[in-house]
Order: sequence, then C-alpha cells, then structure tokens
Amino acid sequence: MTDQQSTAQFVNIGERTNVTGSAKFLRLIKEGDFDEALSVARQQVENGAQIIDVNMDEGMLDSKEAMVTFLNLIAAEPDIARVPIMIDSSKWEVIEAGLKCVAGKAIVNSISLKEGEERFLHQARLIRRYGAATVVMAFDEDGQADNKERRIEICARAYDLLREKLDFPAGDIIFDPNIFAVATGIDEHNNYGVDFIEATAEIKKRCPGAKISGGVSNISFSFRGNNPVREAMHSVFLYHAIKAGMDMGIVNAGQLEVYDQIDPELRERVEDVILNRRDDATDRLLEIADRYKGKGKKQEEDTAWREQPVEKRLEHALVKGIATYVVEDTEEARQRAEKPLDVIEGPLMDGMNVVGDLFGEGKMFLPQVVKSARVMKQAVAHLMPYIEAEKQGGKESKGRIIMATVKGDVHDIGKNIVGVVLQCNNFDVIDLGVMVPWQDILKAANENKADMIGLSGLITPSLDEMVTVATEMQRAGMDMPLLIGGATTSRVHTAVKIDTKYDAPVVHVLDASRAVGVAGKLLSQTARADYAKSIADEYEKTRKKREGKSKADRLIPIAKARANAQPVDFDGYTPMKPKVDELTVFEDYPLDDLVARIDWTPFFRTWELAGRFPDILDDEVVGETATSLYKDARAMLDQIVAEKWLTAKAAFTFWPANADGDDIIIYEDAERTREASRIHCLRQQVQKREGRYNQSLADYVAPVGSKPDWLGGFVVTTGHGIDAKLAEYKAAHDDYNDILLKALADRLAEAFAERLHERVRKEFWGYAPDEDLDNSGLIKEQYAGIRPAPGYPACPDHSAKSELFRLLSARQTAGVHLTDSFAMTPTAAVSGFYFGHPDARYFGVGDIRRDQVEDYAKRRGVSVAQAETWLSPNLAYDPDADA
Amino acid sequence: MPRRDQLQALCAERILILDGAMGTMIQQYGLGEADYRGQQFKDHSDDVKGNNDLLNVTQPKIIREIHEAFLDAGSDIIETNTFSGTTIAQADYALEDAVDAINLDGARLARQAADAYTEKTPDKPRFVAGAIGPTNRTLSVSPDVNRPGYREVTFDEVRDAYKQQVRKLVEGGVDLLLVETIFDTLNAKAALVAIAEVAEETGEDRPVMISGTVTDLSGRNLSGQTMEAFLHSVEHSQPFSIGLNCSFGAEELRPHIAMLAERAPCLVSAYPNAGLPNEMGEYDETPEKTAGFLKEWVDQGLVNILGGCCGTTPDHIRAIAEVAAKGSPRARPDRGDDHKLRLSGLEAVTI
Repeated sequence: MTDQQSTAQFVNIGERTNVTGSAKFLRLIKEGDFDEALSVARQQVENGAQIIDVNMDEGMLDSKEAMVTFLNLIAAEPDIARVPIMIDSSKWEVIEAGLKCVAGKAIVNSISLKEGEERFLHQARLIRRYGAATVVMAFDEDGQADNKERRIEICARAYDLLREKLDFPAGDIIFDPNIFAVATGIDEHNNYGVDFIEATAEIKKRCPGAKISGGVSNISFSFRGNNPVREAMHSVFLYHAIKAGMDMGIVNAGQLEVYDQIDPELRERVEDVILNRRDDATDRLLEIADRYKGKGKKQEEDTAWREQPVEKRLEHALVKGIATYVVEDTEEARQRAEKPLDVIEGPLMDGMNVVGDLFGEGKMFLPQVVKSARVMKQAVAHLMPYIEAEKQGGKESKGRIIMATVKGDVHDIGKNIVGVVLQCNNFDVIDLGVMVPWQDILKAANENKADMIGLSGLITPSLDEMVTVATEMQRAGMDMPLLIGGATTSRVHTAVKIDTKYDAPVVHVLDASRAVGVAGKLLSQTARADYAKSIADEYEKTRKKREGKSKADRLIPIAKARANAQPVDFDGYTPMKPKVDELTVFEDYPLDDLVARIDWTPFFRTWELAGRFPDILDDEVVGETATSLYKDARAMLDQIVAEKWLTAKAAFTFWPANADGDDIIIYEDAERTREASRIHCLRQQVQKREGRYNQSLADYVAPVGSKPDWLGGFVVTTGHGIDAKLAEYKAAHDDYNDILLKALADRLAEAFAERLHERVRKEFWGYAPDEDLDNSGLIKEQYAGIRPAPGYPACPDHSAKSELFRLLSARQTAGVHLTDSFAMTPTAAVSGFYFGHPDARYFGVGDIRRDQVEDYAKRRGVSVAQAETWLSPNLAYDPDADA
Repeated sequence: MPRRDQLQALCAERILILDGAMGTMIQQYGLGEADYRGQQFKDHSDDVKGNNDLLNVTQPKIIREIHEAFLDAGSDIIETNTFSGTTIAQADYALEDAVDAINLDGARLARQAADAYTEKTPDKPRFVAGAIGPTNRTLSVSPDVNRPGYREVTFDEVRDAYKQQVRKLVEGGVDLLLVETIFDTLNAKAALVAIAEVAEETGEDRPVMISGTVTDLSGRNLSGQTMEAFLHSVEHSQPFSIGLNCSFGAEELRPHIAMLAERAPCLVSAYPNAGLPNEMGEYDETPEKTAGFLKEWVDQGLVNILGGCCGTTPDHIRAIAEVAAKGSPRARPDRGDDHKLRLSGLEAVTI
C-alpha cells in the first residue's frame, strides 16, 4: 500500500465479516450458512487481517444471537481465533453478549458520549471488567463530529473522563474520529479527508497513549462499483493518515493497492481529492475513473522468480519444493554447463546446501525437506542418462552410508526419512530396504566401501537383531561407525547392549534432524576422534548409572505380585455373551467409514512435527508446514478412497474364556469343557504403594469357576494394494508421496482398529449399544473395554501374535503374515485382544524379575533363554551376566 | 498492621511460600464412602467418595491437620480446600446445596489454622487464599464435535456460580482469592467478573491471584491460547499475582514462567506438580529434585511466590521454602506508562 516503514506499524482490521458492509456476508448469515461465513473470516486472516471486525447489526436479524453463534464458532477455528476480535455493534446488549464469548482480549466497537456521560462511563466500566479495549466514536450529545475542531474536542473530553473517572488505560482507548465520504459532489464534504487526517495528529498529541482507528472504505463511498478507484483512494488516504498517526483501520486486507504502484495519473487525481487540493478535484477524478473500472488487483501466483537466472531458479525450486519447472531448468543448466555432472555439483548442490542449512537452523521442516529432495531427485534423474553417456562416475560425496531395516522388521518410514535428509546433505545413501539379514548388510558395506552403517527398526525384537549385527561386525573386524535409530531404540539400550559389542563408534540417533550432524562429525578427519570419545564417555556414564540403581530391588517376587492382583469386580458385573459368536471377516471394508476416525496427531509426529492436531495447523513455528502437509495428506486420502488404492480387511471373533491365574483359557465350546488355547499374560512386579495393584490383563477376565466370560481377538489391515502405488512413486523418485502414503496407510489401519472396536462394543459384542462418543472422546478412550495389542506395554511380548494369528487364521482371513520377529505384513496392520470389563484399563507391565520369566517360559513351554529373548526389553536383569 | 499491608510488605522482602497438594494428602488418609459422607450426608442420594471439598464439612479435623502440616513446613499462604466449591462442580454429586457450607467451613478452617500459626510465630504471619477452581465445564469449547457453536453452560451461569463461592470465601475470612488451574481463559474471565461484582456489592475486595495451566508442550491452554495471550486476557483485573500451576513439572514450565517474569506487571507465582506422572499415573519426583528445579528460578529472579501442585507433600514445601529463603524475590519490571494496546486472540498482539 504505502512504503514499508509507515505500514509496518499499521494494523489491518478485516472488514468483510460485517453484515452492514458486505451483502454476501449478510446473505450467508441470514441463510444460516455459518460454514461459508467462517470461511469469509478465514480468508480475512489469511489475507493479513490482524484483527477481525464482526458486525451483525441488521434489522432482519436477531443480532445478539447471530453475534453469539458466530463468535462461538470462531472459537472452534484456531486459524481464525488466532487473531483478536473487534465486537462491532451500535447496540450495547449485542456488545455485552459478544464480550461473554471471547477468551482473548477483544476490542469493543464502539461506545460514545451520544447518550451522555453517565451511560458512557457505565459501559466503559463494564468493558474494563470484561477485559476489553474500546473504540470511542467522535460523537456526543449534539451529534457526530463533522469538522476538525469537534472531533478533537469530543475525543479530548472522552479521554479525560475515561482516565480521570475510571483510570481506563490510555493504550486501551481507540478513537474513531469518523471517516466520511469525499467527492460526493457536495462542497461541504470536500475537506472531510483533510479534517480526519489533521484531527488525528491533534488527538494523538492531546491524548497521550490513545490510538486512532477508522472505517477506511467510507472515504470512497461515492465510487461504489469502481473498485480500482476505491482501492487507490484507500491507499492514498491511508498513506497520509498513517503519517499523521493513524494506528489501525478497518479495511479489506486482500485488496489494497501499493501506493507507489498506483498509476501516476490516477494517483495524482486521487490525491487532489483526498487532500482537497483543487476545487475541480472531484470532476477531474470522475473524468478518468471509468478508464480503471474492471481492472482491480487480483491475487495471482507469484511468478517473479521465473525471471531470475537459472541457478537462482533451481535454488528457489529446491527450497520451495516446486517440481513444475525443474526438468526444463535442469536441461537449461545442462546445456550451459561443460559437463552434466557440473549441474549436480554446481547449482543443484548449492541449492541443497541452502536447504540443509535452513533445516539445520530450524527454519525448514521435514515435510518441506522431503519435497525438496523430490525436486532434487527429479533433476538428477534427468541428468543421469547424460552422465552415463559420458561414462563419468564417482561424484564427490561427503560419505557413503549403508542403511537397512534389520531382519524380521518391515517398518521403514523413519529410515526413509533419514535417508532423504542425508541425501539432501550430500551423503551417498545405499538403502538395502527392509528385512535385511546381517550377512547382506556386512556384504554391502564391504563391497561399496561404505563409510558407515545405519540400522533401523520399529518393533522390540529388532533391538536384539541390532545387537547381532554389531556382534557380527566386530567378528568381521570392521571399524566403520554404526548408527542406531528407530522408535524402540534408545540411548540406554544402545549404550548397554550394542556399544559393548562393537569397538568402533556406535551412536544412537534420536531423529532425522540429528542424523546429518552425527554423520558429518563421524566422517570428519578432525572432529571424529573427539566426537567418538565424547559419545563413548557418555555411554560409559549411562552404563555406570544403570548399574548403580539395580532395577530388581524395586521389584517384588511374582507370588507376592499375584497376591496383590487387582480385585476386579465380577460380583456386581456379569459379562455379556457376545452377539456374534463366530469368526467374522471383512474382505473389503469401506474406507470412507474410516476417514473420520483418523487420529492426526501421530501422523504429524511421523514427520517430526510436534503438536496436537488441529492446533498444530496454527502453530507459530511449524503451523505453515503442518497446514501444507495436511492439505497434501487430505488430497491423497480423497484419492485413496475414491480410487480405492487400498483394500481394508479384518477378522475378529470372541471366544468363551476364563482366567486361570495369569493365563486366560480359551475354550472350544460354550460349555467350557475343552481348552482350545491359552493366552499367557504377564504381571507387573514393581513394588506398589498401598491401594495400588500389580496388574495383569488376566485380572480383567472372570476366573475359572466364577462366571462365564469371553475374550475377543482381532486383526485389521489397510495395507493391501499399497505396493503398486509405492512402486509408481519410486519410479518417479518421489520420496515425499512414498512416505506420505505409508504414513496415511498406518493412520487408516489405526482408524480401522478404532472403528472396529467401536462396532464391537456397540454391535458385535454389544455390551455398550448406547455408547455415543465423538472422535475426540474416542481418542481419549472414554469407553468401556480395551483392545491391547501384543508388543505394546500391557502385553509386551510380540510373540503372542503367533497364537492370536493362528486362532484368527489371520493369513487366510485378512491376508496378514508375521515375520520371524513377529512384525506384521502388510505393515499397515493392527492386531490385539478385546477385553469387555468396564474396569479394564491400559497399563504397562514394566520390568519383570527372573522368577516370572521362568514361570512364563514354563507356561509357554519354551526354554528360559527363548523367553528372555522375547521379553528382553522388560528384563530387570542381565541374562548374560547372571548366566 | 492490617494483614493486607503485611502481605504487601512481605512480598517486597522475600519469596512467599504457598502450600502443596491437598488431594495428595487426603489420599493418604485412605478415606471410604462413609468417611466422606460423615454424619451430615449419611443419607445422601449419590456417592460422594472423592468429593474432597465436602470433607471441610464432614471431616474438618483432617483438613485442619493437612493445613497444619503445610504451615509446619513453612507455607506463608495456605489454600482453602474449595477447588470444586461451585454449584457447577458439585452437581456431579448432587450437592449443589452444600456449596455454601463447603466454602464457609473451608475458609474458616484455613483461617483458624493460619491464625494459630501466626500466634505461634508472630514474626511470620500466615495468610489464607480462597481457592477457586476452573469448574468442570468449559465456556470456550463445545462438548459436541458436531456442533462447535454449542456451549453446555453460559457465561452468566458460570459467573453466578463463582459469585456464590466468592461471597462465602470472603465471609469465611480469606485474605486473598486464588483463581487457579485455569485451562479455559473465558471461565477465568467469568470468575474475575464475579469477584469484581461481589466486591462492588459487599464493599469487601480481596487481592486476586491468577494461576493458569498449560495443557500441552506447545505451551497453550485448553482454549488454545499461548501464555502471553492469556496474560493479555486477564491482566485488566489488576491481579496481585499471575502465574502457572499444575500442567507439568517445573522443568517443562520454565519457559512460560520466564515469559511471565519478563512481562507481567504484577507478582509472579508458580506451583508446579512433582514432575510428570510416571507410567502408573503417580507423581514421584522427590522433594530435593522439585526444589532443585525451582532453585534455578529463584537464582534467576523469576518468581515472587512458590508452592506445589499435584503430588507435592509437606516435605516438598519444606525443601522449596529452604531454597526460596536463600534467594530474593523477582523485581517487578517497570512497564511504566508504555501506552501499548495489548490484545489477544489465541495469540498475543501488542500495538
């Protein structure tokens, strides 16, 4: 609008949510289309409104009700509610009702001396009590101020009253000295603009601390229908009013012409009108006004960057993740370069270095970086045929890293993210994929002369597999650093179990953002020794600390733990016989029934964006990135559903069951005469305070000989069909969509588990037919019954899945397999048990003692060593040391 | 010197100490349904176990004992056991009719305990803050996801419920009013209006302490506000102090306390939990550890009033008092007449 300095301070107040100023908004409110009305508000904020003015004063409306409804709705929209509200009404009861709806500190628009001092002070006192600032109109008992002197006089009187009688803070007083239309053809109106501007300067002097505001569009009222001229008038008016001290104004934030960019002829004639510089100013503006009609400022995509040199264009495309022009730009750069390789090592690498730096400084976030990598990969793919034709090779990279998800594990989202980030930072990454046995890892490392190995895993058995890899690397006499990452890995486990097996540096990498720093230091000639030593010292300390506090001390014998089992009530509660009593299979469950059940918060966590959904979309730091990621995710989700990319399958059943100690017996028959199987549960052994129990899942099932009870089992997957799409992305070098699709499939599987559990409670088992919870209630688990999954804290042994899968014929019914380490494929799958008792809660088994492990091994019919392998994350002792 | 002036004088000299967790202490008595009912409510229609505020009426000895344990540990200000003392919160137990007694008895119990200690150690006068909880209804959020504009309670209903509580707390002799554990700023604003209206009606005004709570690690409360936006929303009430309680342990609260220390025009208070709950939902941070975190704040001059929330025992308070005694109170920033217009939505805006 005007030059930057003066506008930087000026506050735009969005004007479109005003029924008196916007016919569209009035229609929406009248028709009760509040969704669309909210999007008007949202647009205002997106276009830069720092405050939004809400006005519902219309004769045909119940203004008070409309104000309350709209403000309550805004409170539920973080992207709107982020900014303060200006409650705009000429009726006090509407203002007061509005003040009772806003949590933030709002502005009242407006009060005045129109009805005398008493009423004015009464309203101001209440505004203060509700915690708002207020606009004071230049209006008194004699009417609205229409010249400079009256404006100053009324404002000064109001200011003195507020300060002296109420100690109203000066900064919370905002004067509106009335902006009226100019160029109306009536001579008396010609000086209205000048009067406002001069009064503004005077009031600011006379009333220290007070602010000045006004409804800007009034000034151009006589040019209705000619937006270009109106916008020019607003810009010129503000240019001068802001200089005089105007602090804020009600404007259409998206539609302000830049003062310097107004056509000079138009600007001059507008300026004559606003500043009342000539008697014929109005006529002269009218003369040319029609020429500008229908032009107006439109919001266009910013394409200025396309004008820059090709290097800058590539950098821009990489930083912004724009793939649209990357092939043509890369080609242009190639034709100019001596060798195609120079394009990679020159502009592309320079661009990626910028990306790497911004990411390192926390100015870019993971989803953006992955988009950048997609652009990079497409550029490189375009160059590869030329490079190969010239038979060049071996570009200079910072180092070569072998990455793999270890044997028995199929989860690779995290590993892929780390791979992308490393590639962005000029590391050469060789990705061996998932389920990679140690032999292949060592072989690939040696053959490729790798500088380092990175291992990843999600499920607990992978921890042991990583120990195996380290042990074998030691045996093979290798000395390259080993990086450990993945959801179940930890610094403690790395220090205690892995680092001790391998002499060369072993480093636990917490997340993708750390990977570059760690890899860089380990490959630096100068930094490596110091860094390796500091890590080794740190791990040594971790080990010492752990030795110091023997976990076993806090644990009680299993017999004592069993004696302190939770006395779950089966006297007052009789388990219900499930409505469905045979194995039920969904071959192709409708995906659109799952979308609403998605819990988005973990989705953002996958992308290393911290925060709760939907607040995260509005987060100061990551909000923009999260919003863009969310948009992409919703678009892909729509396609997944509409084009049926994925097939959702499930199987579940309920078995007659009773608890026998820590086992749950599953019967073949309703009479409970023949045992079909046993589910072996674990029990907490930590010393409990008085009144707390040593819990086990078995406690939630009625004991043998008491009452008939049932246990449910289920498996769901939304992973069928995903491979075809992933192959397409791989071919297109599109890591971003690859990771996005996998992350969405995981979310859908969780949503399916949630939805099926809901239907189990309401229909299939049917013990809670009247349950009525919304999605957030579901996420908060406000229902009766639980669905613990093997491998999670309440039943930490992943191997329990094998019996569950056998009972469900999971392979045939849902098409889900188990790997050697009991990971499920497809990976977007959830399995577990249903417990119906209303007291059932999730808990963590935590650390257990050898006595329980021995007992568990006996119950399962396996060796103690086997049980120790399965339960290794929960062992309170070191099985190797004690053996 | 009137107590109010004593209080003002004291906080210029040193960091004042609040008490710890009433709920944690009550739990240790292992009370059953019959204990909660006492004689007075033995025939009440609904179960009342867990209604800690009712114990002011039915088990006054226990509440007095807990107050004394904290006074013994060095608390300058004890909080009345009236966190849920509104008709809105008591509706869960069908005990709306008991609200007057809960607040009046609660205020008197704390008053008597504080006065007894003031008499014992006249150089260390003790004060009573009337605790005003957030209620269990929220004015900013709809309970029904399909009707985001719906509210289960109105501003006027919440304000009226608070007015009833405030009247009885003042009648029972509290020195201060503490609007605490604020997860919804609009509820707090209703409480502040209630306090102002009662003061106007009765001519008895009390300094107000405001204590918000952060509901997630991104540093916002349930209504979605940042702590700076929250400060802008409530500072018009010219509080005696503003601060944070509950939320997380001291470690996680630090950045928000530091922000308030820099910006708040009044005293700054903090009474965090004893760390984060462990996997069993218990608070197991030791007194030394909690006090260790708070020591940093004391050393950096961030606070004027310290205490403890969930999981903090008299031992925690004793450890905190020791730490506080060695430091000096935060100096109030001189914001002077900067004439800034401080607004907020979910985020703060300063013009």
